[in-house]
Amino acid sequence: MRKPLTIRILASLDSKSWLALGVFLAFTLVAVPVMHLAVPPESVFHLSTYFITLIGKIMCYALVAVAMDLIWGYGGILSLGHGLFFALGGYAFGMYLMRQIGRDGSYQSDLPDFMVFLDWKELPWFWTGSDSFGWVAFLVLAAPALVAFVFGYFAFRSRIKGVYFSIITQALTYAAMLLFFRNETGFGGNNGFTDFKRVLGVSITSPETRLVLFGLTAITLAATLVFASWLVKSKFGRVLTAIRDAESRVMFIGYNPLWYKLTIWVISAVLCGIAGALYVPQVGIINPSEMSPANSIEIAIWVAVGGRGTLIGPVIGAFAVNLAKSWFTVSFPEYWLFFLGLLFIVVTLMLPKGLVGLWQTLREKLQNTQAGHAPQGEK
Amino acid sequence: MGSREVLGKIIGIDPDEPSKFGFASKKRVLDISHNVILYLDDITVSFDGFKALNKLNLTIDAGELRCIIGPNGAGKTTMMDVITGKTRPDTGSAFFGQTIDLTRLTEPEIAHIGIGRKFQKPTIFDQHTAFENLELAMKTDKRVRRSLVATLAGEDCDRIAEALRLIRLDREADRPAGLLSHGQKQWLEIGMLLMQEPKLLLLDEPVAGMTDDETMRTAELFVSLAGTHSLVVVEHDMAFVEKLGGKVTVLHEGSVLAEGDLATVQNDQRVIEVYLGR
Repeated sequence: MRKPLTIRILASLDSKSWLALGVFLAFTLVAVPVMHLAVPPESVFHLSTYFITLIGKIMCYALVAVAMDLIWGYGGILSLGHGLFFALGGYAFGMYLMRQIGRDGSYQSDLPDFMVFLDWKELPWFWTGSDSFGWVAFLVLAAPALVAFVFGYFAFRSRIKGVYFSIITQALTYAAMLLFFRNETGFGGNNGFTDFKRVLGVSITSPETRLVLFGLTAITLAATLVFASWLVKSKFGRVLTAIRDAESRVMFIGYNPLWYKLTIWVISAVLCGIAGALYVPQVGIINPSEMSPANSIEIAIWVAVGGRGTLIGPVIGAFAVNLAKSWFTVSFPEYWLFFLGLLFIVVTLMLPKGLVGLWQTLREKLQNTQAGHAPQGEK
Repeated sequence: MGSREVLGKIIGIDPDEPSKFGFASKKRVLDISHNVILYLDDITVSFDGFKALNKLNLTIDAGELRCIIGPNGAGKTTMMDVITGKTRPDTGSAFFGQTIDLTRLTEPEIAHIGIGRKFQKPTIFDQHTAFENLELAMKTDKRVRRSLVATLAGEDCDRIAEALRLIRLDREADRPAGLLSHGQKQWLEIGMLLMQEPKLLLLDEPVAGMTDDETMRTAELFVSLAGTHSLVVVEHDMAFVEKLGGKVTVLHEGSVLAEGDLATVQNDQRVIEVYLGR
């Protein structure tokens, strides 16, 4: 008897991973709200709004990093344009947040402020339905999926690989950034969307709303890890890593790599879109700089630092790099980019498997020394 | 119009040709009524003016075991590239049986209709175990949506176990294939080929790097496959070719120089000049 798919998805994690996920969810869904709302601000155990926004933001980045790892670590395809999919999800949800402002904007108009400023009289056609949460939630998934499908289909069908593919994705996100910078595009030009007031009718800055968004992000990240773990352990995942390691062999045993690459590429893009949609209400702004080439490169750095080809690696990498970033940009703002560059060089040269690989090496060494000097039967 | 037709229209694919969606067409049935499995007719392939194949004519009978020999650059690998869809010929035609035009199919499609290929350099999936290598090669529905939900049935495991015994890797089943010895990798690739259940096997230097013992066992395996399968073996090892005992074709500068049993070919004056050395 074949087990149902849901059971198999849940069974793809071992008990240790479930324990880790359980601790993570208990912390984010129980401990954090209690420490934010119930613990008085004087206490050392109080968590500030700053902390919640920061960790919420980094969890969105971690989601992007996992998506990046699926395509890069498992599929062997380095995308330097994943910021685009993140921004598309963010912009889609941002449209809804702009409509939720209602008449509370500076110009007290039904139209978003930037449209009044441009002297537009009505919403452009692509804003149709943007006041509906359901439609926008669909757009969050569909916009990145559509762009990824069309771009991926032609790129993979033409067998564009390696550095050529990376450069094209970089150009894609750059072109999109220039497009979104234009006021005429209808997404607020270089200011993007900001000054959000409400989401689903409730205040977006209230502590409760923040905690709900924070909790949703945590749940999404946990669910994505379970899903990704099942995906990479399925036969699909084995074909994917086989394509990474020996694509021509995969073709000659009868798999068409195009559809495998396209599937993981679209899944990865959609995950980025979801991350963007969770990011925008927490951070309170989305603008075209999210599509800048440097942002997309940074995503690759998170994954490289954490360790690609493992699912926990990108999460660790996203947290490590971004926590370092928020400390650096406060303490030594002018040195952050130097540090980031140095980090990338060190990881590339000395830690090809990232922090996770370093941990594994250290543990093996420790075990070897513990095993003592007694000669082993096998090496 | 169904969604598939709409999709087909958008991306310029004939919806009546389902193979483009990544799976084998049911319409393509191998026809070997004339007892010939492969026709290469007048094939020319040139790279920047250099003719890798020059009006090559070759036919392989169903169930035949054919050896192809020839000096480096004679076009042996290019010939295999043409048969498996990796390279398109400039002129000429390549047919699998009476009806299937190989020059119009992609690599995965050609694999599905029953042509398996072993590369000169062993090409296996290093990160996967020997078992997984065979699992991935196994003849089955290889579309994405099947792979997402596929599980191994008991008989699939039995087939893989049987193949592992045949290629003598049953003790190495769970080791990453990258850790196997060179000869074992060659055998693993041959095992993968067999899991595909091809009608025609193309083997590019299958015994390179094998010990004498392994070479002889490989020869026995190939001889036992002939009859039910057709095999085309490119090889330099004359002892191995002799052991296989089939018809031998000598390629030189992209076309057939001589054909016949090994003894005849070895005594052919032109062959001695170009290949067996002066």
